[in-house]
Parts: sequence; C-alpha cells; structure tokens
Amino acid sequence: MSVPKSEDGSPILELRGVTKSFGANQVLHGVDLKVYPGSVTALVGDNGAGKSTLIKSIAGIHPIDSGEFWFDGERVQVTGPRDAAHLGIEVVYQDLALADNLDVVQNMFLGRERTKGAVLDEASMEQAAKDTLTTLSVRTLKSVRQLVASLSGGQRQTVAIAKAVLWESKVVILDEPTAALGVAQTRQVLDLVRRLADTGHAVLFITHNMVDVFEVADRVAALYLGRMAADVPISQVDRTQVIELITSGRSGDLGLDQSVFEGA
Amino acid sequence: MASNTVPTSDLEPGESAPSGFEGDRRADTVGGVVRGYVDRIRGGDLGALPAVLGIVVLTALFFALRPETFLTPLNITNLLIQAAPITLLAMGLVWVLLLGDIDLSAGVVSGVCAAVLAQLLAEVGVPWYIAVLGALVTGAVIGLFTGTLVAMIGIPSFVVTLALFLAFQGVTLRIIGQGGTVPIRDDVIRALTNSYIPVGIGWLLAAAVVLLYAALTLNRWRGQRSKGLITQPLGIVLLRIAMITVVVVVLTAILNADRALSAAIDLKGIPYAIPVVVLLLLALTFLLGRTTFGRHVYAVGGNKEAARRAGINVVRIRIMVFVLSSSMAAVSGLVAAARLSSVTPGSGGGNTLLYAVGAAVIGGTSLFGGRGRVRDAVLGGLVIAIIDNGLGLLGVSAYLNYIITGGVLLLAASVDALARRRAAAGRS
Repeated sequence: MSVPKSEDGSPILELRGVTKSFGANQVLHGVDLKVYPGSVTALVGDNGAGKSTLIKSIAGIHPIDSGEFWFDGERVQVTGPRDAAHLGIEVVYQDLALADNLDVVQNMFLGRERTKGAVLDEASMEQAAKDTLTTLSVRTLKSVRQLVASLSGGQRQTVAIAKAVLWESKVVILDEPTAALGVAQTRQVLDLVRRLADTGHAVLFITHNMVDVFEVADRVAALYLGRMAADVPISQVDRTQVIELITSGRSGDLGLDQSVFEGA
Repeated sequence: MASNTVPTSDLEPGESAPSGFEGDRRADTVGGVVRGYVDRIRGGDLGALPAVLGIVVLTALFFALRPETFLTPLNITNLLIQAAPITLLAMGLVWVLLLGDIDLSAGVVSGVCAAVLAQLLAEVGVPWYIAVLGALVTGAVIGLFTGTLVAMIGIPSFVVTLALFLAFQGVTLRIIGQGGTVPIRDDVIRALTNSYIPVGIGWLLAAAVVLLYAALTLNRWRGQRSKGLITQPLGIVLLRIAMITVVVVVLTAILNADRALSAAIDLKGIPYAIPVVVLLLLALTFLLGRTTFGRHVYAVGGNKEAARRAGINVVRIRIMVFVLSSSMAAVSGLVAAARLSSVTPGSGGGNTLLYAVGAAVIGGTSLFGGRGRVRDAVLGGLVIAIIDNGLGLLGVSAYLNYIITGGVLLLAASVDALARRRAAAGRS
C-alpha cells in the first residue's frame, strides 16, 4: 500500500553530519538524515543505537553539538523545544503525555486553548478537534467529549497523534507508536500513520517491529552504534537486509564501512 | 447549579465503531444521557450522587429523630449559617485537592486572617472594608508563601502545611493574646450572619438567580446546538433548570418564613452570608470551568508532566492555587468570626480543617487530584453541617460527635479511593 515517493521532491528536514555527546560518551557520530513530506520514514536500530537521542535532538530537547540542521531548504538552529515547535516539528512520545481527567478536545488543545475574551471557546475547539480527527479518518472514537481515561491504548495513541497534527505541523515524529498495542490497535495506528503522510506530513517513526516497517514506511533509516548505516527507500531493501543493518551496520554493499570502527 | 465543566463521557471501553463519534449522537437522546450517566457511575465516577444521597438520608433521619426541631425554619437557617464557613473553606481546598496537594493549614489560616480582622477593627479602629481587605491580603500572602515552598522549593504540601498548621496557631495566639477573646463589634461584619435580607429583596434575588441561570443555560444550549456541537437533550436541560428553581424557591421560602420563637419579635429573611457563598460559588465555578486557568489546574492535577510538556507553567499554577485557597480561608474566617461575634486564639483550630476537607471529599472532589468541582464544597458542606447540627439536636456526647464526623470523612475517602480503583480497572 505504500508507494515510495521519497525520491522526488526535496526533504523538509535534513540533518548533515550531526554529532551529540553526553560528557565523554559520544552518542551520535556524523549522522545524516532526510525526511520527506508525504512520506513515512522508519527509524530503526538496536537498543542504544541512538534513536531516542536523535529524535530528542531534532525536537530540541538535546540540541546537537555539531553538524547542520536544515528545515524547508534553510539552515536553522534548534536550541530548544520551542524552536522545533515553531518550525512545525511535533513529537509524540511513548508515554503520550495525556491528562486522563480531561476529554479528547481538552487534551488536544492543552496549553494552547482558544479563548473568546477570558472565556474558553469550547465550540471552536470542539469543531477543530472533530475536523482534524475526520481529516485523519479516525473512526474509533465514540465521542470527542470522552475522557481520555476511558480510552484504549490505540485510541490514546490516536489522540496523541491527532494532537500533534492539530498545529499545522509539517514533521511528526512518533516514538514507538505501536509498542504495547494489540493487533487490531496496531492496525489502527499504522493506518493513521499512513494517512498522516497522505495528508502531506513528513512522518518519522521509531520502531522495533519489522512488520510495521514494511507495512507503512516509504524509507528506512537504520542507526548502528550512533552512525547512520543506511537511509534508503524501502523498495531497495528487504527484511533480512534491514535486520543486518540493525545488528551489524552492514548488509551487502549497503551500510557502514567497517573501517570507521577501526581504532575505536 | 453551574455549567458542566468536565462534560459527559462514557466509560465503555472497546473499539470498532465504523461510523465514528456515535457516542456524540447518542448523547442527544434522554435515554442516551441516562445510560451515559449509569455507565459513568458504574465506571466509578459518582459525581454529586453520594452528597445528594447523604443530604436526603441524613435529613430524613434527623427529621424522624427530632421532628419538632430539625426541619423548622429557625434550625434550617442555623444550619445554613453553620455550613457557610465550612463551605467557603472547602471551596478553596477543592482547588488544592484538584492539584493532588493538601492544605492542612487552611483552618488555622482562616483563624490568623480572622485575628487580623478583629485586631484591625478593635485596636487600629479602621473601617470594616479596610479590615476585610487586610484579612484577605493576609490570606493571599500566606498562600503565596505556602505555594512558593511547595511549588518552587519542592517540599511536599503535606509537610509544608503540617508545619504551618502548628506555626500559624502561634501567630493567632500572638495576635489575639494569651487566653484573650477579641469581640467583633462592627455592625457590617456581624450582619453577615446576624442580619437578614428584607423578604421582598430576598425574593427578587432568588428570582434573579433562577432567571439568570435559566437564561445562561438555555443560551449556551442554543448556541451549541446551532453549531452542531455536542449538547444534552432539551429535556435534561429543562429538568436541571427546574431542579435548581425548586431548590432556590423552597430555600427562599423557608428563610423568608417567620422563625422567631416568640410572637413579639419578627425574625425572617435570608442571612447575608448566603448570597456571599452563592456569589463565590458562581465566580469560582466560572474560573474553574470556563477559563484557561481552570483548565490548566485540571491538567496539572491530572498529569503534571503532560501539563509541563504542553507549555503550562506548572509552578505558577500551583502557587496561584495556594493563593486562591488561602484567600478563601480568609473569607471563611471572616464569616466564622461574624457568626461567633468574636475571635479567640483557638479560631480555625480544632475540627475546622477536618470539616472542610470532609466537605470537599464528600461532595465528590478526589483526594488523588484531577477530579472535583467547586459545587462539591457546597454539597459536602451541607452534609457536614447537617451531621453537626443534627447531632447537636440529639444531644449526643462530644466524644460521639467527634467519632461520627471522623467516621463520615473516612467513609467519603474510602468511596473516593474505591471509585478511583474502579475507574482504573475499567480502562483497557
């Protein structure tokens, strides 16, 4: 179902030679990454490969030490979460950060409530939330006035993603959106990820699940020990190659030159 | 009484709804609303149910035991005046509890503020409004101090306010003086609980409240309906208006009846403290339910980390809530001082705080944060006042009074904890 469309057009987000260290521990070594509008990029890698650090760098939580951060054809400085948000980069973290005691609309607008004078403009927020959910073809919610506490894991993920989309975001980063979900709920979330891309968003999603990768991704970016082993269209690799890239950083003529590790 | 702040929800888990939002359409029918309400209660969200049941059952019980005295206009007036300071204190505590915090010093803060008021009137001799302002500012400053210790330094509110509970008793003692009692002689302050609104004006006020409530509710309903948003069916809206009308009319009629024990004097009218409570109820309900500040208080209480990531200044919200709560404690202290016409070193001590926390929790505010409304303080305050008043009429010993009231608070806290477990278990 996923048509590779990553080759045409220019990336909305591009990292060139990004490095990041925490004290003496260098986590990212000259990482390059391209994320295209309208396409889904799966970010894969073993535990400790630097996936989380990479998305936190993009989100401005751990600003990069060196390297270039390009957004929409311009070189930008992202030194904090606010910078990333201003560019239109939204991150959906694994723990989702939803308030259980508030309903779907209230959560989607949390911190950015619309007001009429001093009063909350519930009507306009409810409408906008419904519109966004409809655009994403979300049909699993019974009511936008349902408390988040009463939602299933997949529905919560849906709300968190819809919340990220509400802000005219251009890049949506998802941190393992299908971890801890059942089969049916994973299906819903993957459909939603696909629709995010189909509505023009650039989607970068972290996953450990090869099925998910080949289900929705247009491109796959594999990190190996803090280096980008490959960032290629999904059509150029198969499952075995992706697993090799994750576990050894190489697969055939793809991947890292072993010389980079010599002397390390 | 007030608009729905956290609107309807249904707690059925489960997925697969091909059409989407069908729950929103279900909410359109009366049957759907009733089913939604039952679902909510079974899911552990009891709302106002325990408090309303408590009021009904306890009233019936005490009426059966003391048919001559309990439901007389005189006793009902007394009961409402008794409930006023408890309710006002609880109205502030609801906010602190919403954050998941506690203010154990709220009672003695009301004592400090009352002492400031009394001494400003008696020693300094300022007019009543300056004294009231002084008491309110004292409350606000104390709240700022408490809130800063809790939110900025990061000491658990339990510890901060437990320490302040002790310290402020000393402050009141210092202001009033050992063993002393400062009488409140100012007519305006005393009028809060000892003078009554003329019958005609009382009825006008009651009519105004009912009409305003009906107009606002219907207008909101019409606005939502015209935009195609989620609304309750008209029948339910009208039923709510009818219930509010009945309560207001019955209470006004009782308070406007002549309650004098001797035919020689004329004693009727609404005590001035009642409109003060109603006004603050409306204002705080608006603040909590309809403004960004209120929404953020719910968010901080529900998930602090989510609130922080959403860009909400959690520290500021927490400090402001403590300021608000302590200011309400000042108002409560003021009414309590008016009721007793004096302030003593023990003012605000004893069971004051226990009663107020009990009122909030019985009303439906959760001790775990995130769930509660301002009206909880009114409903719970009535339950507490009925118990206190009824046991007084029965003439039970003081020891039994303490045990029963403590037991009721434990019962309410148990209901809260069980409801929370039930809600957590209902989640898939």
